[in-house]
Amino acid sequence: MLSIFFKRLLLAIPVLIVVASITFFLVRLAPGGPFDAEKAVSEQVMKNLNEVYNLNAPLSEQYFDYMSGVLVGDFGPSFRFPGRSVTELIMTGLPVTFELAIYSMLIALFIGVLSGVTAALKRNTFLDYIPMSIAMIGICVPTFLLGPLLVLIFGINLELLPVSGWDQLPGDKILPSITLGFAYAAYIARLSRGGMLEILNQDFIRTARAKGLSETRVVTKHAMQGGLIPVVSFLGPAVAGLLAGSFVVETIFQIPGLGRFYVEAAFNRDYTMILGTTIFFSFMIVVFNLLSDILALWLNPRSRDV
Amino acid sequence: MKYLVLILSFFLISCSSSKSPVDLAVESKVFHYGNGTEPQGLDPHIVTGVPEHHLLLALCEGLTSSNPRGGESLPGSASSWTVSEDGKTYTFYLQENGKWSNGDPVTANDFVWSWERILTASLGSQYPDMLYSVVNAEEFHTGLISDFSMVGVRAINEDVLQVTLKEPTPFFLGLLSHYSTWPVHKPTVLEHGSIDDRNGQWTRPGNFVCNGPFNLKSWELNKKIVVEKNPLYWDANIVELNEIHFYPISNEMTEERMFRAGQLHVTNTFPSNKCEPDIQEKNPNLQIHPYMGTYFYRFNTKNEALKDVRVRKALAYSIDRKKIVESVTRCGQIPAYSFTPPGSNGFFPDTKIPFDVELAKSLLKDAGYESGESFPVLEILFNTSEGHRKVALAIQQMWQQNLGINVELVNQDWKVYLSREMIGDFQVSRAGWIGDYEDPNTFLDTLRPNRGNNKTGWDNYEFDNLLIKANATLDTEERYKILMEAERLLIDEMPIAPIYTYVRVYQLHEDVKGWYPNILSHHHPKYLRIEND
Repeated sequence: MLSIFFKRLLLAIPVLIVVASITFFLVRLAPGGPFDAEKAVSEQVMKNLNEVYNLNAPLSEQYFDYMSGVLVGDFGPSFRFPGRSVTELIMTGLPVTFELAIYSMLIALFIGVLSGVTAALKRNTFLDYIPMSIAMIGICVPTFLLGPLLVLIFGINLELLPVSGWDQLPGDKILPSITLGFAYAAYIARLSRGGMLEILNQDFIRTARAKGLSETRVVTKHAMQGGLIPVVSFLGPAVAGLLAGSFVVETIFQIPGLGRFYVEAAFNRDYTMILGTTIFFSFMIVVFNLLSDILALWLNPRSRDV
Repeated sequence: MKYLVLILSFFLISCSSSKSPVDLAVESKVFHYGNGTEPQGLDPHIVTGVPEHHLLLALCEGLTSSNPRGGESLPGSASSWTVSEDGKTYTFYLQENGKWSNGDPVTANDFVWSWERILTASLGSQYPDMLYSVVNAEEFHTGLISDFSMVGVRAINEDVLQVTLKEPTPFFLGLLSHYSTWPVHKPTVLEHGSIDDRNGQWTRPGNFVCNGPFNLKSWELNKKIVVEKNPLYWDANIVELNEIHFYPISNEMTEERMFRAGQLHVTNTFPSNKCEPDIQEKNPNLQIHPYMGTYFYRFNTKNEALKDVRVRKALAYSIDRKKIVESVTRCGQIPAYSFTPPGSNGFFPDTKIPFDVELAKSLLKDAGYESGESFPVLEILFNTSEGHRKVALAIQQMWQQNLGINVELVNQDWKVYLSREMIGDFQVSRAGWIGDYEDPNTFLDTLRPNRGNNKTGWDNYEFDNLLIKANATLDTEERYKILMEAERLLIDEMPIAPIYTYVRVYQLHEDVKGWYPNILSHHHPKYLRIEND
């Protein structure tokens, strides 16, 4: 298992180099630069700025400069926020985004697994139809609709929860976590229902029941271990997606996370910030995929033997 | 299940605080300010932008200070000043008890050093031209001279600063209200970097030293910046707020909801689709005030068809501006018939742009386009925004219906749009200009030849000469006459077609006092109060 882990980790290095190189040249190909603004600066000022950030040097030189910096963990200074390094910006936003991702994932897992397993056990009854219909709605309703809707109900009409913020007012983490978690809960519900249905028809479940085990024990001890493998495989990309894709929720709820930096960097042509966040998210995706693969491997005895 | 509901309800109820931050502010005197985007930084010589300006108004102070009601500048770091008869020499007398937030006295040398800093090319400041009217400032910045003592700013003594200008610049005091001319604390800047270090850490909480009515208390990126009252400020007695919390809120809907939930005293903007219903429902918090900004369309005068002034006029005359503000923008905007917004420091342009379809048609015919069909397809370039799209759609329809020409809309991402405008890769493009200071020059100057913001390819030296003449004229009445001539010439040549004058639309809580509408929308926080009637 350990060798698989290291092999996969080694394979990630060329992937990251390719991602960084493609991104480097793509952002340079995009028209417009970091210092273009409605109030155009004079040629002299533009020249000064390009000199300060070494943008006058040949592109190849800039590329090798940048990559050698990245190798020692230096992502350079942000163009948009003078005085702040890209590493500092990522480290500021990451804990918040990570916390949001964890709460959302816990909510998603709790709601998703509970309703998925219930639906599988009570197949073709209203306990199947209702959670699955809600799950379908969850998949269809985008977060930019669900978020403001929850805010209107719980924040403005019922005045129970703050409408925005993170760590500023008591309870301000509840609505964003539910909003972000809900969409994933829906996927997890459908995946766990499908996985459980497949397992519940297997011979070993029949054997377990025949041996006189209680239904709870059959489900929790025997069925769920195999039935939830699709959910586990989904977790890796889902956590990576939650980290990189929380931009909408962060904007709706005014959350100081990484997603906002990521998207706004692209609009601002903050070259170093675009590169830094892209490399970082690529790394996260590789790591979380790897972790979920290993977890699935560990849960599934069949693939362990291979 | 019952327990779950109970626990959840208890949790929710315990979360909800009975008093909102705005309710609590009556006692605590903490002002909650919706401030647009996350500021780039707090170094007045490096940053550009409106959110940065709001923060710097609280933290630092220039020689003069913005008048909360607009108009003439008020004393700032300088308690008074005199101007020589030829209008070229300004002598500023600094406040006797002017202090930096660390207790050091504010001296004339601080200003000299600060101006040297902004004019140092390697700092990469984007606003050095604010000081180009000072003798040798431009020469120093562009490297023609390297000795800063040749630049026209010097400390007569600790408390007296003398500035010598190339030409009498009647709007010079207005320029001083711009943060790029404000001082920075030399020892603090140098402790954290060199004079030209863009990435110096002196603006961080704990390091930051400046001379404004508030001190920097904390700065959480993308969350909020807190400033607290500075007891050492020379005019600290009139400052009533204890703290101001600046929130960077880039989404206008989020901001609106925060205002409704009592989390903000003032918003930075207001959702345009809510504007009309809220005007009808008489939302008491909704504020709509004229703003010193013009929304206009740029014509690329290098374009084969658009180089003919008759074509440009035909296009401008076939836009129904009244209809655009009443049916499209619908938020109190004012149809614009001049480039300089009316009322810029008492300047009211008398130019007219008729909405006259027949005249427009005949102008187009005179230009050789018998019917609209013979006219090449015209492209309108604009950046992604629902508002710009709506205006472009309306104008497309007007040009097609009134003149019969084919118009296509080209929507681009902000930076692509800017770069296409900059290299002249457009025919007609939407544009906006907001004044930096309260004087017609901040508008008209942009259309002089060789100005980076002209972008129309219109190089008119008669216009240029009029502006040079106006800026050398000390008498305001005489000067405005010359500027009026320039404005008429501009509208007669029509390198741009003004569409409407901007308004500032935002929400303001009724407890806020000392906030007065003004054309630059400068609201000095030192005058703000929170009082419950």
